[in-house]
Amino acid sequence: MEYILSILFIFLQSFLVIFAVLMMAYLGIYGERKLWAAVQLRRGPNIVGPFGLLQPVADFLKLLLKEPIIPDKANKVIFVMAPLVTCFVALSAWAVVPFAENWVVADINVGILYIFAISSLGVYGIILGGWASNSKYPFMGAMRSAAQMVSYEVSIGFVIITVLLCVGSLNLTDIVLAQKKIWFFIPLFPMFIIFFVSALAETNRPPFDLPEAEAELVAGYQVEYSSSFFLLYFLGELAATFLMCAMITILFLGGWLPPFDIYPLNVIPGVVWFMLKVAFIFFMFGMVKALIPRYRYDQLMRLGWKVFLPISLFWVVLTASVLFIFDLAP
Amino acid sequence: MFVSILFFIFSFLILASALLVITSKNPVNSVIFLIFSFFNAAGIFLIAGAEFLALIMLIVYVGAVAVLFLFVVMMLDLNFEELNKKTNFVKTGIITAGILIAEMIVLFVYYPEEQSFIINKNNELNSLTNTEIIGSKIYTEHFYHFQIAGLILLVAMIGAIVLTLRHRDNVRRQDISSQVSRDQEKNVELKDITFEESE
Repeated sequence: MEYILSILFIFLQSFLVIFAVLMMAYLGIYGERKLWAAVQLRRGPNIVGPFGLLQPVADFLKLLLKEPIIPDKANKVIFVMAPLVTCFVALSAWAVVPFAENWVVADINVGILYIFAISSLGVYGIILGGWASNSKYPFMGAMRSAAQMVSYEVSIGFVIITVLLCVGSLNLTDIVLAQKKIWFFIPLFPMFIIFFVSALAETNRPPFDLPEAEAELVAGYQVEYSSSFFLLYFLGELAATFLMCAMITILFLGGWLPPFDIYPLNVIPGVVWFMLKVAFIFFMFGMVKALIPRYRYDQLMRLGWKVFLPISLFWVVLTASVLFIFDLAP
Repeated sequence: MFVSILFFIFSFLILASALLVITSKNPVNSVIFLIFSFFNAAGIFLIAGAEFLALIMLIVYVGAVAVLFLFVVMMLDLNFEELNKKTNFVKTGIITAGILIAEMIVLFVYYPEEQSFIINKNNELNSLTNTEIIGSKIYTEHFYHFQIAGLILLVAMIGAIVLTLRHRDNVRRQDISSQVSRDQEKNVELKDITFEESE
C-alpha cells in the first residue's frame, strides 16, 4: 500500500513539474514576443485577452485543430516519432531539476550527468525529423543541427567539469549549496559566458538557429511539419531552452539561494528566487535574439572548436591547479 | 524480484534490437535499433547500481557516437538492391562470435575467485558513491592504463585528422585575426591631390 502511495506521489510531483514547465513555456512565448516587439518599437500581441495574454492559447488551439499533414514519400513512423522524441526528452530532463531545497522529483547522485545526457539526446528529434521528411531543406537543417549540437556539447561538458571541480559532487542540490559563499559566475566568469553562448547553440536559438534559418532553408528541419507535430517541436524547443536557463541558474547563479543571506531577502521562498533567475536568463536569451544577427555556419563551427574548446580546456586546467595549489578542493 | 524482471525485460530488448540491427533492410532503421539497444544497456547498468556508467554510456554512445553513425548513414548514397543481396559475412560472423563466447567462458568459469571483477558488497568502498570509486580507482591504481588508453585515442584522432585534411589553396578563407588587426595607418593612405587647372 505504501509502495503504491509513494508511486502515486511521484506521479503527482511529475505532473506538477510538467505543469510548471508548460506554464513557463506559455509565459515565455508571450513575454518573448512582447520583448521583441518592444525592441522593434511594435505593440506585439495585444488583441486576444487583456494585454494579449491569451494569444498563446489561441495559437495553441489553432495549431491543435489544423489538419496534420504527413508527406507522401516520408518515412511515416519516424516522421511521427521525431517531434515526440524532442518533446519527451526536453520534458524528462526536468525530473532532476531542484526548484528549491528538496523541491525535486528525483534527487539522484548523478543529476548533472543526467541532464547532460538527456539534453544531448535532443539532437535525435531534429535529425530524425529532418531525415524522415524526405525533402532537401529539412535534411540540410538536420545535418547542420547534428554537427552544431555535437560540437557545442564538448565545451558545455568542459564548463560542467570546471563547476564540478569546485563542488566535488554531481548532485544538483549539492552544486547549489556549494554556492552559499559566492555564486560561481563570479570566480568562473569566462565559463559563465561560454556556457551561456553554448546553451544558445545547443538549443538552436538565435544567433545560432542555422538548422531552421529561414533565409536559407525556409524553416529547416520543420518545413514539412504541421499542426500538432509542429506544436510538439515548438514545445520541446521551449522546454529545452528553459532547461538550459535552469542549468545556468543552478551552475552559476546559485539556484534558489538569495543574493545576500540577510533579513528581507532570505524570507522570500527559494522557488521565487529560482524562477526570477530563470526568467532573467530567458530575458537575456530573448534580447540576444532581438539584437544579434545570425552567424554564418563556418563562423559557428570556428567559434565552437577554435575559440570555446581551447578556452574551456585551459580553464579546466587552471581551476584544477588553483584548487590544488591553494588547497581549496572540496 | 522486481529488479530481476527488469533485467530480463532489458536484456530481451537488447537482444531483440541487436537482431533487428543486422536484419533490417534500411540502414537508418539499423542505427535506430542500435541506439535502442544502447539505451537498454544503460538500463542494465542502472539496475546493477552503476548509475555513473549508465549515464556515461548514454552521453558517449547515444549522445555522440550514434549521432555520427546516423549522420554518416544518412549521407550514404545507398543502392537498396545491392544491399538486399545475400552477404558472405556469415563465416566471419560465426568466427567472431565464437571468439567472444570463448572469452566469456574464460572470464566467468576460469577466472580465479579472489580476483573477481564483481564488486564485493561488503567492500570498504561501499560507503562512497560509484563516481568516487571509479575516479579513485582509475586515477590511482590504473593510472598508467588510463594514460595509455588516452594516448591511443589521441593517436587515432590525429590519424583521422591527417587522413582527411586536405588544404586547398584556391579556397577563400576568413582569417579573423588579420581582419581584426587591420588599422587605419596601414590600410588607409591619404594623398594630397592637386587639382590642375583645366583650360
